[in-house]
Amino acid sequence: MGLIARAVEAAGISTVSMSSARSITAAANPPRAVYLDYPLGQTAGRANAPDEQDHVLAAAFSALETMTEPGSIDDLDLEWAADAGWKDHVMRVDPKSPGSANDDRTPRLDTPQYQAADDYNAVDPNCPSCVFFDDA
Amino acid sequence: MLKSAPIDYIQRTRDQYSALNYPPYEWAQNSQTPPWHPLRKPLSASRVALVCSGGIYARGQIAFHHKDDNSLRLIPTDVATTQLRTSHFAYDQSAARKDINCVFPIEPLRRAEAAGRIGAIASYAFTFMGGIYSQRKVVEQLAPAIVSHLIQDEVDVAIMVPV
Repeated sequence: MGLIARAVEAAGISTVSMSSARSITAAANPPRAVYLDYPLGQTAGRANAPDEQDHVLAAAFSALETMTEPGSIDDLDLEWAADAGWKDHVMRVDPKSPGSANDDRTPRLDTPQYQAADDYNAVDPNCPSCVFFDDA
Repeated sequence: MLKSAPIDYIQRTRDQYSALNYPPYEWAQNSQTPPWHPLRKPLSASRVALVCSGGIYARGQIAFHHKDDNSLRLIPTDVATTQLRTSHFAYDQSAARKDINCVFPIEPLRRAEAAGRIGAIASYAFTFMGGIYSQRKVVEQLAPAIVSHLIQDEVDVAIMVPV
């Protein structure tokens, strides 16, 4: 996403990136970012918490208005849980038994993967709002 | 000020892939100063777009496949949130499937528009499935397509939401 933020900004459109992976964002180095120290999957704030989601978006707006240094990352003042123990378990490999590493990602299937099987029945096969690129 | 150190996902992915005997994932690295365009008008007069990489699609659209899909979906921003779905190979989608605003903050954006904080929401939001192995496909295909649609829709500001 950092590559895309840089391309969009280079085209003259101001960008701000949300992030819950600070090291990845710092490496990709987009123009402006706000960092939410949460598990991946809720970059814009936790589920069913509209006030919190508004707060994250407000921080993004504020970054657009106040940042002056390209590559700045603002740390948001929200915590996922009072106990930061959740951070110990994310993608952890036990150095004593590396074989215990799990791949919890889905198999790399090359057919569309619908959230609900029924979505498939609603599909417009021409899908004018889908943009596909040459496989070259 | 953060109370505990952020997770170093680059290191943890490296450890995990190495333990699984996968080839290393090449994260984008840009040491060059990013491009910079300050707001050209106040946010209250700006047209704002969402660009999200959480694999969001609307019912009726073709879902993402999980073998380095770098295709793009245009989602009309007046869409009912009940029509929004996710399809992504890598992250825990349970929160997003409960409340799509976790990864696609369209309702916060609508509230910001109603409050006059932004001028308008762009006609379309742009979504794809992040974690694309080929940076070339991002730089040569996906990014230019997004840029071209944003320009066509006279967008002033883009909010980028990865997962």
